[in-house]
Amino acid sequence: MTLATAASGGRVSVPKRSIRTPYPTWFFLPAAVIYAVLFLFPTLASLFFSMTRWTLFNWTFIGFDNFVQFFKEPFLVQGLVNTLIYAAVTSGLKVVLGLLFGMLLTSEIWARDYLRSVVFFPVLVSTVGVGITFTVLMHPTQGLINESLALIGLPGPGWLTNPRLALLSVALVDVWKGVGLATVIYIAGIVSIPRDYYEAARIDGADAVQRFWNITLPLARPATVTVVLLSLIGGLRSFDLIWSMTRGGPGFTSDVIASVIYKQYQAGFYGLSTAGNVVLFVMVALIIVPLSIALNRREVAR
Amino acid sequence: MPRSKNWSVLAGFAAGLTVMTALSGSAFADTTTLTFLVPSGEENVARAQSLAKAFEAANPDIKVDIDTRPGGAEGDNLIKTRLATGEMSDIFQYNSGSLFQAINPQQNLVDLSGEPWQADVQDIFKKVVTAPDGTQRGAPIGTGMGGGIYYNKKIYSDLGLSIPKTWAEFMANNAKIKAAGKVAVIQTFKDTWTSQLFVLGDFYNVNAAEPDFATKFTGNQAKFATSPAALKGFEHQAEVFKDGYLNEDFGAATYDDGLRKLATGEGAHYPMLTFATGAIKTTYPEHLGDVGFFAMPGDDATKNGLTVWMPDGLYIAGSSEHADAAKKFVAFVASPAGCEAQTAALGVTGPYMVKGCALPTDVPPAVADLLPYFGENGAASPALEFVSPVKGPSLEQITVEVGSGIRPPADGAALYDEDVKKQAQQLGLPGW
Repeated sequence: MTLATAASGGRVSVPKRSIRTPYPTWFFLPAAVIYAVLFLFPTLASLFFSMTRWTLFNWTFIGFDNFVQFFKEPFLVQGLVNTLIYAAVTSGLKVVLGLLFGMLLTSEIWARDYLRSVVFFPVLVSTVGVGITFTVLMHPTQGLINESLALIGLPGPGWLTNPRLALLSVALVDVWKGVGLATVIYIAGIVSIPRDYYEAARIDGADAVQRFWNITLPLARPATVTVVLLSLIGGLRSFDLIWSMTRGGPGFTSDVIASVIYKQYQAGFYGLSTAGNVVLFVMVALIIVPLSIALNRREVAR
Repeated sequence: MPRSKNWSVLAGFAAGLTVMTALSGSAFADTTTLTFLVPSGEENVARAQSLAKAFEAANPDIKVDIDTRPGGAEGDNLIKTRLATGEMSDIFQYNSGSLFQAINPQQNLVDLSGEPWQADVQDIFKKVVTAPDGTQRGAPIGTGMGGGIYYNKKIYSDLGLSIPKTWAEFMANNAKIKAAGKVAVIQTFKDTWTSQLFVLGDFYNVNAAEPDFATKFTGNQAKFATSPAALKGFEHQAEVFKDGYLNEDFGAATYDDGLRKLATGEGAHYPMLTFATGAIKTTYPEHLGDVGFFAMPGDDATKNGLTVWMPDGLYIAGSSEHADAAKKFVAFVASPAGCEAQTAALGVTGPYMVKGCALPTDVPPAVADLLPYFGENGAASPALEFVSPVKGPSLEQITVEVGSGIRPPADGAALYDEDVKKQAQQLGLPGW
């Protein structure tokens, strides 16, 4: 509480200082113009166009009809649920696996630098390329995965064609592609923990599990916060991988918000898809802002 | 003075460049290059190349550059965006009928009603490239098509089957084919657009049962879910899945896989539009004689007939800077010489929409099966998308769900009725 008051007390003096900035006003103009043209104007324009039925040539103002229609969209609810599932699964797995890989790759392991680059490599590959490759690997009858399973006598499922599995299969590929980034963040977090703590704990007789729960996990917290936020935002707005692997299919079963919106745009319902993007923007803000505040506050309190 | 030296070098270089551009400009001044956008796919590219070659031979001062685009909903999107931004190629091939109406033809396409070749185009095609103001904006490219079921003739003769005229006979054939260890019905849901034939190809039967369905559908009075005849298409789609007649990889197979399975006799039936004959001819010429075609079976054997698709239109973008040269090319495509160039590339895949285009006598069986429907006493009616501007964008996903047992047919039909509503509103039709 005292910290918060102090912080807000400090904030009051900020405007005063900014008036006496050492730079002249024109110095900020280029950045301000670029910001206004490329970010501010499109955001405001999208708010306006979300209330119209438009083509690129003309528009009719229809108030909130697009939002009403968008929320009546039969696949929207499923898309919402799928988005949340996808975001939760990918960010959860990235945290767990990223932490485990991070620990493994900070230990005294053979060929450590090489292994570090191997785990990071998928991050660099194009998402669409990864999507197409895994679509081929996951083919129900001729895919490498199911053919390998058949060799040991296991019947492989239709990874991308079974409506219950499709979304999870894509989420797993997303984890494979993105876990390298989480690992790198964790490596940085774990390396920055002073070795003295481990030594002290060892002298006090703490075993490896205790050292993990009481030293590594709490002190790697900033890394966890970063990984959770990044992967959650990525999961909520995820589109490219899903589109290149299933196009929201089979049918609508792996549709997420972003692909529902894209389909409206593709069909020429520009106003409706703009409204969808506004909804997505609000939804991401509603989830991320409170989460970010909560995670950061706990960090300060500690 | 190193600085001024640099400047003079730069100036000299720039001058040289200017001279070079001026030279090259004059060298090519009498050659016009037209850009021509066609949907990807073996048959479209082969046809376009053959047309361009024949046209360039007759018009040495005009060059035609072919470019391809994806088909289906992705292609619709690309066409709309490029037209709206004024980035469209000079000439492009795109659907006629309801999709033609959705690209705002009055605003985006060059008016072709006054062209002399219009007199030779069949009226049935003119109707599907007529803008709301009554002008024709397109020429036919390709041939008239049917939407029905391709079948493998070898499997039919091996098992002693006969062409089904009713749905019951079709299902009886399927049972025998399955018992013989073959795939009865091929479905290829990786390319979602291939999933719509049971519904779209059934329109002849819908029209026979409810002749005013199209008008009422456009006016928001008739619905797929509440019209028993229109609902049948969705029910049929669900039935073939429920009875286990599909290929094992139906969810992951592509259009090309479907053609391979059909041509090589892995599967017996493939519901498809007859433009596939061209693709089979280019990819599996040795199997072309094994493939036949029949119309979608309905309830009554005496009322069996074919749902017909008009060929794509050839359009000139309003933004084109070479409209005169483009008109020459379009006139060539809509002439008997253009038909010949198309036949040379693909053989005959169906009847041309231009009067005076002769068909050779030896045609592949799938075409021989198709032509009688178009003849004098043939039973054919245009597909719904040519008699109503209303076509929902999500039909392909809905039919995938119905055809994979994810959604019951009645639900799918109701969902499609909802889908259609958005399109009607975007077009600003009365009554929605």
